[in-house]
Amino acid sequence: MDVKAIREMFPILNQEINGHPLVYLDSSATAQKPITVIEAVNDYYRKNNANVHRGVHTLGSRATDQYEGAREKVRQFLHAKSTAEIIFTRGTTTSINMVAYGYARHQLKKGDEIVITPMEHHSNIIPWQQAAKATGATLKYIPLQEDGTITLDDVKKTVTTNTKIVAITHVSNVLGTINPVKEIAQIAHQNGAIFVVDGAQGAPHMEVDVQDLDCDFYALSGHKMGAPTGIGVLYGKKDLLEVMEPVEFGGEMIDFVDLYDSTWKELPWKFEGGTPIIAGAIGLGAAIDFLQDVGMENILKHEEQLADYALEKMRTIDGIEIYGPEKRAALVTFNLDDVHPHDVATVLDAEGIAVRAGHHCAQPLMKWLDVTATARASFYLYNTTEDIDRLVEGLLKTKEYFNHVF
Amino acid sequence: MSFNNLDTLYRQVIMDHYKSPRNRGKFEGDVLTVDLNNPTCGDRIELQMKVDEGVIEDVKFLGEGCSISMASASMMTEAVKGKKVEEALKMSELFSDMMLGKDIDFNEIDSGDIAALQGVSQFPARIKCATLAWKAMEQGVKKEE
Repeated sequence: MDVKAIREMFPILNQEINGHPLVYLDSSATAQKPITVIEAVNDYYRKNNANVHRGVHTLGSRATDQYEGAREKVRQFLHAKSTAEIIFTRGTTTSINMVAYGYARHQLKKGDEIVITPMEHHSNIIPWQQAAKATGATLKYIPLQEDGTITLDDVKKTVTTNTKIVAITHVSNVLGTINPVKEIAQIAHQNGAIFVVDGAQGAPHMEVDVQDLDCDFYALSGHKMGAPTGIGVLYGKKDLLEVMEPVEFGGEMIDFVDLYDSTWKELPWKFEGGTPIIAGAIGLGAAIDFLQDVGMENILKHEEQLADYALEKMRTIDGIEIYGPEKRAALVTFNLDDVHPHDVATVLDAEGIAVRAGHHCAQPLMKWLDVTATARASFYLYNTTEDIDRLVEGLLKTKEYFNHVF
Repeated sequence: MSFNNLDTLYRQVIMDHYKSPRNRGKFEGDVLTVDLNNPTCGDRIELQMKVDEGVIEDVKFLGEGCSISMASASMMTEAVKGKKVEEALKMSELFSDMMLGKDIDFNEIDSGDIAALQGVSQFPARIKCATLAWKAMEQGVKKEE
C-alpha cells in the first residue's frame, strides 16, 4: 500500500495548521475525504442534480441511476443478498434509532430483555434505554473485563431466552476493542434474539460480510469512511425489514394514499420518506470505490501496523496511561499525567496535531474507566508512522510545557 | 502558532488558580447549589452560594475539568464574593463580551484576576470551558430570586 500516493488523494491533508504540517489523528470522529468523493458530489450537483424516483426527464433518470447505483455499491461492500436490505439513513444514530423505533417498540413487551455492553457509544445505549422504558423490557449489560474486552462466556451468561435484542458495537470508539461479532450472533440466535451491530467504527476499517457474520442489522456512518456527513446505512435482513415499521411517513415512501389510510412502498424505499440524501449516497458510493481500490485487507493491515507502532512508542512516555486491550483497532485513548485532555489537545493543536478530547459520547464507559475525560488519537489509511512520531514528540512537549508553567 | 501563543492562553496567574484554587469546597447544611456540566466535554462544576439581601456573601465550588474551566471557576468565585448580585451579573456580561474578543476595561470594577482569561477568546474551542462557572453563578442568582 502506497501511503504517500494515498495521502495525495486527500487535499485537506496538504496544509499547515498553526505553522506546522497538519497531522490528522481524529478519523474516528470523522474521516477526511478523498478527492474522488469530493468530485463525485461536485459532479452530481454540476451535471446531474434532480429528484429521484419521479422525474420523467433525463436528469431525473441520471440522479436515480446514480442514487440506486450507490445502493448496489453498498450492497456488495457489505456482501448483502439484495439491495432491498440496504436503507440509506442519516448515519449510525439514525440507523439504530430506526431499529429501536420501527422494530423494538413494536416487538418487545414486559419481561423481554435487551442486551448491550458498557463500551457502547451513546447512540447504541439511549435508543435501547428509551425502547425499554416504552415497552417495559429490561436493559442488561454484558460486563467488561479489566482490559476493556468482553468474553463469550459472559455473553452466554447474560443473553437468555428472554432476550429479544442484542446490540453491540463492532469496534469500540474509545478502547479500540474489536468484538467477536460473529460468535455473538450465534449466541443471540441460539436464544431466539436478533443481533444489531453498531458498525460505525468497523465498516470503515475492515472487510464486513453481513451474511458471514449472520447479523440481523448492521449500522454505519458514511462520513467515517470518506463519504460526506449526513449519509449512513442500515443493513437489515429482509424478513425483519418486512415486519419493521417505517419511522418517517410522507413522500417517497408510499404506495397508495387514501384519505384515511395508506400503504407503503416495497423495500427498501418504505424506510426512505422524503427526498433522500442523494448527493450523500453518491459520495458514499465513491468512497466505497476508493476504499475497495486500495483494498480493505490492505487498509486493515496498515492500521494494525500503526496501532502496534503507536502503542509501542506512546508507552515510552513517562506518566501516560493508555486504555483498552493489546489487540485493538487503530486508535489509542490515553491520559497524560495530571494534564487535562483538553489542555493536551490544545497544546497538540498548537503543534498542528488534531486529536479528540472529551468523553467520546461514551459516558458510561468513562465512569467505568473512572475518568471524566480522555484524549484519543485515531488513525486511518492516510496516516503514517511519522504522524505517530510527531504525536509522541507533541506529547513530550506538552509535558514539558505544563511542567514549566506549573 | 508557537508555544509563545500558548502562553497567551496559559498565563501564569491562570495556572496558579488551577493549581491552588480559591474557594474550593462545600458548605455544611442546606445552601443554594447549582450543578452544571458541559455535556460536550464532561467538565463539571458544583457551585454553592450564600446570597443575603442581594449580596453574594460567600461562595464555594467543586468540580472537574481542564485548567481553563477550573481556573475560571476559582477566579469567578474570588471576583463575585462580597459583591452585589447586580455587580456579579454585570461582571458576567463583561466576561462574555471579553470571550467574544471585545476589548474590555475592568478598571471600573474590582474583578480580581478574571481579565487574565482574555487570551481564551483566541481559542474558540475553549471559550465554553471558561464560561461554565459564570453560567453556574447566573443560574444560582436566578434561583435565589
